[in-house]
Amino acid sequence: MQFDAANLTTILPEITILVTACLVLVVDLYLKEKNKDVNHKLSLFGLVIAVALTGVVGGGERVVFFDGNLVHDRISDLLKGSILIVSLFVFVYARSWLKDRNMLVGEFYVLGLFAVLGMLIMVSANSFLTIYLGLELQALCLYALVAFDRDSKKGAEAAMKYFVLGALGSGMLLYGISMIYGATGTIEFGQVAQAIAEKGLSNQVLVFGIVFLVIGIGFKFGAVPFHMWVPDIYEGAPTPAVLILGSAPKIAAFALAVRMLVDGLQNLHSDWHGMLLILAVLSMGLGNLVAIAQTNIKRMLAYSTISHVGFIFLGLLAGSNQGYASAMFYTIVYALMAAGAFGILLILSRKGFDVENLEDLKGLNDRDSWYAAMMAIVMFSMAGVPPTVGFMAKLLVLEAVIRIDLVWLALVAVIFSIIGAFYYLRVIKLIYFDRPMLNLPELVTTNGVRFAMTINGLALLMLGLFPTALLSLCQAAFV
Amino acid sequence: MGFEKFLFYVFAFITLWSSGMVVTRRNPVHAVLFLVLAFVTSAALWILLEAEFLGIVLVLVYVGAVMVLFLFVVMMLDVDMAILRANFTHYLPLGTFITVVMATEIFIVVGSENFGLVAFPAPEAVSMAVDNTRELGLSLYTIYIYPVEIASVILLVAIVAAIRLTLRQRPENKYVSPSNQVHVKRFDRVRLVKMASENSNFETPAKDTRLDDGVTK
Amino acid sequence: MIELWNALPLVIQILLKIVIIVLPLLGLVAYYTYAERKVIGYIQVRIGPNRVGWRGWLQPIADAVKLMMKEIIIPTKSDKKLFLMAPMIAIAPALAAWAVFPFSEDFVLADINAGLLYVLAMTSLGVYGIIIAGWSSNSKYALLGAMRSAAQIVAYEIAMGFALVGVLIAAGSLNLGDIVTAQAGSVLTWFWLPLLPLFGVYLISGVAETNRAPFDVAEGESEIVAGFHVEYSGMAFAIFFLAEYANMILVSALTALMFTGGWLSPLPQDWVDGIPILDDGFHWLLIKTFFFMFLFLWFRATFPRYRYDQIMRLGWKVFIPITIVWILVVAIAVIYRLPPWWSA
Repeated sequence: MQFDAANLTTILPEITILVTACLVLVVDLYLKEKNKDVNHKLSLFGLVIAVALTGVVGGGERVVFFDGNLVHDRISDLLKGSILIVSLFVFVYARSWLKDRNMLVGEFYVLGLFAVLGMLIMVSANSFLTIYLGLELQALCLYALVAFDRDSKKGAEAAMKYFVLGALGSGMLLYGISMIYGATGTIEFGQVAQAIAEKGLSNQVLVFGIVFLVIGIGFKFGAVPFHMWVPDIYEGAPTPAVLILGSAPKIAAFALAVRMLVDGLQNLHSDWHGMLLILAVLSMGLGNLVAIAQTNIKRMLAYSTISHVGFIFLGLLAGSNQGYASAMFYTIVYALMAAGAFGILLILSRKGFDVENLEDLKGLNDRDSWYAAMMAIVMFSMAGVPPTVGFMAKLLVLEAVIRIDLVWLALVAVIFSIIGAFYYLRVIKLIYFDRPMLNLPELVTTNGVRFAMTINGLALLMLGLFPTALLSLCQAAFV
Repeated sequence: MGFEKFLFYVFAFITLWSSGMVVTRRNPVHAVLFLVLAFVTSAALWILLEAEFLGIVLVLVYVGAVMVLFLFVVMMLDVDMAILRANFTHYLPLGTFITVVMATEIFIVVGSENFGLVAFPAPEAVSMAVDNTRELGLSLYTIYIYPVEIASVILLVAIVAAIRLTLRQRPENKYVSPSNQVHVKRFDRVRLVKMASENSNFETPAKDTRLDDGVTK
Repeated sequence: MIELWNALPLVIQILLKIVIIVLPLLGLVAYYTYAERKVIGYIQVRIGPNRVGWRGWLQPIADAVKLMMKEIIIPTKSDKKLFLMAPMIAIAPALAAWAVFPFSEDFVLADINAGLLYVLAMTSLGVYGIIIAGWSSNSKYALLGAMRSAAQIVAYEIAMGFALVGVLIAAGSLNLGDIVTAQAGSVLTWFWLPLLPLFGVYLISGVAETNRAPFDVAEGESEIVAGFHVEYSGMAFAIFFLAEYANMILVSALTALMFTGGWLSPLPQDWVDGIPILDDGFHWLLIKTFFFMFLFLWFRATFPRYRYDQIMRLGWKVFIPITIVWILVVAIAVIYRLPPWWSA
């Protein structure tokens, strides 16, 4: 059997990340304490190269590589690009926090990069085996990152919860996969779809398997009622870890859902449609209502995540290409917003002090008006206020739902997002209309961080004003 | 009933029985040992299916290495089972309910209707000449090379994560690095200092620098 | 004769074969202990046992009778069932591994494809006897010994396994018989030469795996009295003893098989073809095995005991890297068909 070198060119971005991670792992050994910044630069360099390579090898028609284990199509190109870019922001924001706490060590970058690698693998997976391995790679890194602060009891507890529930979710997923393998005799998505088309749709085993798949997806997304881990982990984990696990992994989770449910089980849409519907309504409801009662900003953002997951599910359950495209748009935009929000929290933290409570944001405008403006844009976007991109994203998803004649669902979604707007606007009120707490030291940031945050914030605005570029990419992915 | 079928039922029964013991034993060490037994009998079941490579590797990796470390940890733990069991009955009704529902569903779905010999006819027997270890290796390193490589990255991550989470320099630890010990030179520990005599009545030997050479520098 | 043999039911045949293998093995174990005392005695300029029978030849039998007569003392608060099961768990794998061992070209109990893996799996089970003995004794020394031994065996098993990976790459088969035939030629084509580092690693790991001096910290008389079997007496103790010696014989025999050509003659085939003693045969395997068994005794008489951290360092930081590098070297040599071993 001859090995085709084209196999390797398609995974160049993955190879780049792998090489960078291994490089950091080795270089870190020989670095002196004061030179640890080299890790940071190497990682950013690797990510930039990977982004460039994604562009170079991207485009073209859907092709399957590695004997059906990997697929290269427009979905994978776009999602890979967005994962890498969001991760770039993440690493830039995390640096000073880690440095202040003597945690700027190679392992953070190694684990972070391997998590990115796992996400890239998930995004372009074409079989249940590959997607599961990618998921585990990503999850293992995230468990370790949550426990990264070894002296923090809260962190250790959060990591333990995350690990146990994550393992449970993976177990559910595997069980579902085994059922689908039993019913179709294959683990490759294309062949699964074909087998279902041939054998008919009323197979009990398949439906049983889908139930477990959806539970697994729900766990990984953190959708209600599988959301229990989200707030505790957001609160307990060190903020850079939350930044990593709250942003790009959502894109990977979206890929998980799309690859399994759309690539593999599109024919059974009528079966998983209803399950996602329940998850979506519960997530939007519980997420938005409980978020109001939070005083801890990390917990509040956790519940806000849950509500956004509900919206992503709305797009997915529509079952139309337009629905998938809108869900994809929403996911990418959400990852950017989450990166921005947690980025601001990291910037405001300093040695010995973490931004934990909403009050810590009071009077941000008086301390640094530019960051205040960026945070305001992020919050407006999360709330879905025009002209930010959050509005666009919500609008597209609702349109998809209305097109399949679920007007009541759209109404429910609108009502919950109006309720949700309250707690986002409360943050803006704290930033602009409250006095800062006394004796706060000056905000110290580097130009790099300021630059990244500016791009991040303005991107949310620009995408809202001119959504066509990203939107057409998303729509082209699902044709 | 053929001999093979008889063996199958024996091993299957032991597997189920020991799995049951794993969750019901009060002593965690006993539970782990029953788990080992369950692994060994599952390996035997695999060998009955002519998957001897998988069976032996299960014994080699899980029984021979993983469970040994598991046992190691469990023996060191001081688990107070009373605390663990305090809330046991509290969750029992809900747990039982969910278990019953799940078990019923599984029985309905994974029955002979869906997974019987009609849906899955027994594969044709291959000749003894086919070395299934070789076949497995060939398909792993050609068709499934991509997943195999990902799995290797996962193992690397596991190593990095484990070291990061556990390795730390503890000030209270009195560990001495053997290589430092071996590399100690006399100059690091003992210094010979040349001093003038306190008592001036004694005459110091003039210009005697033998001890200085290479020692006090 | 052969017709009579074939007429027997399969189960009886197998049972008879097992008896043919195990009985001489146990006899060998008994006289190995005698040899040990004699050899170490002479190395230390003593005479060794010479009272029971001619030159002490009946000493092992006297020892066995004495051990059988002794009471098995079960410590209070010990885990009685496990305490009694531990010796059996220790000896079972040491004997079971012989099932796939080819004594000559056509005498092997079970000629299975994955023989090498089976041997590895069985030897890895031996540690359970030690751990269970240590834990169930309800004694601190025993537990310490068990912990030491478990960590040590797990560490050296990896190096040992990797060394065997080298062998299987070189032979292209997991079947022990095929591994021997792959070395056919002369003493120069045996695997000890191309796999020299692996040969060394395997031999030393074998000593560590069997908890023998200089790696006998699991017993460590001077530190933890007798380690895991400190609470055992009588026959229960004797079985641990048997298991240890059976394992030593196994490791020696496997080394003979995998690195020095098993039953093959050291002289080139066309020189010795048909000459009774020099031609291939079971006696060569015996000679080679006895040589490695003698090495075990020699080591014990020569080297002082390693410190525990040195053992761990040797296993993890020296042996495993060596084996990994050499596996790579062997793989390249096999691919490019390096003569004279892989020229065909």
